[in-house]
Amino acid sequence: MATRLLIAEDEPSILESLVFILGREGYDIATARDGDDALSQLRTAPATDLLILDIMLPRRNGFEVLKAVRAEPALSGLPVLMLTAKGQARDRQMAEQMGADAFIAKPFSNQDVVRAVRGLAAP
Amino acid sequence: MTPAVEFALVAALGYVALLFAVAYWGDRRARIGRTGWLRSPLVYTLSISIYCTSWTFYGAVGSAARSGLEFATIYLGPTLVFVGWWVLLRKLVRIGRTQRITSIADLISSRFGKSEALGALVTLIAVAAATPYIALQLKAVTISYQVIAGVPLDHADFRAGFWVAVAMAAFTILFGTRNVDANERHHGVVAAIALEALVKLFALLAVGAFVVFGLFDGPGALFATAPPGFLQAEEVFGPRWVTLVGLSAAAILCLPRQFQVIVVENEDERHVATASWLFPAYLFLSSLFTLPIAVAGMTLLPSGADPDMYVLTLPLMADAEALALFVFLGGFSSATSMIIVSSIALSTMVSNHIVAPLALRLARERARTSGDVRRLLLTSRRIAIATLILLGFLYFRVSGASDALAAIGLIAFVGVAQFLPSLLGGLYWPQANRRGALWGLTAGFLMWMYTLGLPSLEDGGPLGADTLLHGPFGIALLRPQALFGLDGLDPLVHATFWSLAANALLFIAGSLSREPHPLEWLQARQFVDVFRGGADVGARERTRVQRIATSEELFILAQRILGAEPAQDLFDAFARRQGISAGLPMPTEDLIGDLERRLAGSVGAASARAMMAQVAGGEEVSFDELVSIADETARIMRYSQALERKSDELETAARQLREANAQLREIDRQKDDFLSQVSHEVRTPMTAIRSFSEILRTSPDLDSTQARRFVNIIHDESIRLTRLLDVILDLRVVERGEIPITLEPVDPDAVLDVALETCEGLRGEAPVRVVCGTRAGGARVEADPDRLRQVFINLLSNAVRHNDKDAVEITVKSRVRDGRYEAVIGDNGPGVPAEHRDRVFSIFSATWTKGGHKGAGLGLAISRGIMRRMGGDLTLDAGRPGQGARFRVTLPTTTEEPPP
Repeated sequence: MATRLLIAEDEPSILESLVFILGREGYDIATARDGDDALSQLRTAPATDLLILDIMLPRRNGFEVLKAVRAEPALSGLPVLMLTAKGQARDRQMAEQMGADAFIAKPFSNQDVVRAVRGLAAP
Repeated sequence: MTPAVEFALVAALGYVALLFAVAYWGDRRARIGRTGWLRSPLVYTLSISIYCTSWTFYGAVGSAARSGLEFATIYLGPTLVFVGWWVLLRKLVRIGRTQRITSIADLISSRFGKSEALGALVTLIAVAAATPYIALQLKAVTISYQVIAGVPLDHADFRAGFWVAVAMAAFTILFGTRNVDANERHHGVVAAIALEALVKLFALLAVGAFVVFGLFDGPGALFATAPPGFLQAEEVFGPRWVTLVGLSAAAILCLPRQFQVIVVENEDERHVATASWLFPAYLFLSSLFTLPIAVAGMTLLPSGADPDMYVLTLPLMADAEALALFVFLGGFSSATSMIIVSSIALSTMVSNHIVAPLALRLARERARTSGDVRRLLLTSRRIAIATLILLGFLYFRVSGASDALAAIGLIAFVGVAQFLPSLLGGLYWPQANRRGALWGLTAGFLMWMYTLGLPSLEDGGPLGADTLLHGPFGIALLRPQALFGLDGLDPLVHATFWSLAANALLFIAGSLSREPHPLEWLQARQFVDVFRGGADVGARERTRVQRIATSEELFILAQRILGAEPAQDLFDAFARRQGISAGLPMPTEDLIGDLERRLAGSVGAASARAMMAQVAGGEEVSFDELVSIADETARIMRYSQALERKSDELETAARQLREANAQLREIDRQKDDFLSQVSHEVRTPMTAIRSFSEILRTSPDLDSTQARRFVNIIHDESIRLTRLLDVILDLRVVERGEIPITLEPVDPDAVLDVALETCEGLRGEAPVRVVCGTRAGGARVEADPDRLRQVFINLLSNAVRHNDKDAVEITVKSRVRDGRYEAVIGDNGPGVPAEHRDRVFSIFSATWTKGGHKGAGLGLAISRGIMRRMGGDLTLDAGRPGQGARFRVTLPTTTEEPPP
């Protein structure tokens, strides 16, 4: 069974590029357009191996999603890669403190994303 | 003769022995530092009661018998002064303490430039006034002794008076001149006179109670026997009455012995506050039985009996000999306490203002530091005491038993009242100076002697009976008791009027005739402004005026005046303060100033100044220096006012700065948010562009459909970036108020409709429902239609974009009200949180939507800028969170009439 990723990203074009480059690597990919959507998908489909999480999400932002994930026993061990367009040190610090496994700033190089995802979940 | 009466002399001697014991005990307690109640306000008040001499003890009843209520004036004057203590006594006592004043002569001399001449003049007047007064006391003791011993009164028995004089002189010399520091308290003496105050008060109360309740059945029965016409006193508030009240008020301040107990012996200024009611209470008790005793005397005693002796003869008549003896001791107390304190006060004045200046003058011609001034001062005081009491005795001896007691007392009162103009002027009138005081005192003294003192002697004394009756050389205008034709007045009122009028007029004229000298001016400041820190001027003066002396010279001077041990202590203290472990301190201005003040406490200000001048050079204050001191003071005051103003201004500025700073910090925070937002806005399309271009670059195997789609995305995102840059540039334009606006008459509702149509495209994926409420229709406004449309589009797109509902609903309403067109655009989104309401329109505000959706809120700032440029406004309605946001666009209408 292929390694399953959930990408939570509200910007359609960025989501499309992520789906394309990671799909090429052989991952099984699900997408979510906002924070609530991402959480409910994780709960109903717990077989997810890695969560790629944008910070600026509607309804429930990336940090809130991460907090909920870490608080839920069934999900607490899930590897999380965070994306941010602000790229500030503050966001990176906060992500690390809250238990994100990796952090990538936008705009990113496709290679970096692939390398980071591979490090957290082999395809 | 009854045994009790035989014991009168023995009792008097025993009583004197008791006084010695009490004084010795008081001094001893003070020496070992256990002053305790000796320093209480009660003892202070009792010591003031030396005001009630044997003259009031015996004479008040006599006065009541002769003149009715007139006796009360002697109590009323002091009562007024004490009740109003805040006005005068408080200041007097404060000055006495700060200036280490030793006597009233010292006060007046010190106030008017430390003048030696004034000190001597005041001393002379005081001695002249006090000698007959002391004689009066000796006379009272003698007569009372003769009465109680049953010796006929036709010949005065001078032996009793003589021995009393000797005993009092011994007592005073022993306890009154222990220390050369005249400013120091005489605890032993004060203890003795406090005891005497109690004895005389209880004696009067005892005899009064005996008369009212023993000889009569209470006051009612007693007054029923009063002779007709008694107390029909038309004199009350007449000229003599008012004069007597004034004189006794002056006397309580100006009598040297009163000054001694009130000012010099004062331990604590608060005691004056207690005395202000306790002393009047003492006077009231003293006078309580005066009238009953007078009435009883007139009723019960033979008509030839001396009313001045009723107090004693009434108990004797009733064979109450023990009581009579007690009364005798009370009168004896009154007399002795007056003699003791008067002689102390006067001897200090004589030694400090007559002997010391003379000695200094002589010493100046010989070696500068020869002789022990200390011993000279003490010896001169002792001699002065003996001499004064002896003079009193001689005066008594010469004048015999002729006058009524009260007359002599009043003559003395008028004499010391001559100090009043200088005293009051000195305390309250800065311009008052030495010349005025000298002129006034001299004139007052001469006038007093001429109109009252000499005429009181038998046949006018040296004046002669002729002069008394017809004036000198027969000039009627100059008759001593009807001066300048002022005839028909009571001699006392007449003398008081002329002496005080001449005194006050010349005092004022002399003071106005020239400017005060610098030293007088400085002293005036310290006296008049004593409560306003005037005393500090002295300190400044001392630091300004350079005086040079060697420590050795100063030390020798201190030893000569203060004594070896106190001088050593003083210099040791100064050496310690200067950090010198052994030897003499440096002769600083501090040391010189302090030493002079201490010397003043012993020899008076004038002599202290003269002594210091011998070793340290004159305390010369040049007028220029004085002016510079005054200028400096004024300048400092101006500076401090300016500083105060400055500090107010600074505070205001600081507050404004704080406010501005808070605003700046808020703007800075908004700017950070804005940059962060802009950064996000830029990074998002950049991310897509970079990612897809990388895909295109590194994936040669892409099919053409995919490749075209990715290129299209890159293109779209580039356009998004460009739009974003346009918005930021627009923003800068709004910032500077540079939006180009062309106003023309438009129907705003039509513009709104166009905007709504344009927004059809916004609907995209999410379903959007536009609900149109009532519309204004046909309103006319002056506006730029393109800009207005831009505003509407911005609001409509915000309503969609910031909405989190699945089914977006936008409501649009418009109307014309109060000459303004209003359009309201609402949505069913999350609304604007209250804490962000103020920020949504600010330039940097961008992040008010929860979860932060795309599209910076820059549009609102631009839109509001546009509306305001067109004379309208854009506002956000206050609403409950969760009910959506409601923006209101307003514009003034040109006409409210809808077009036909």
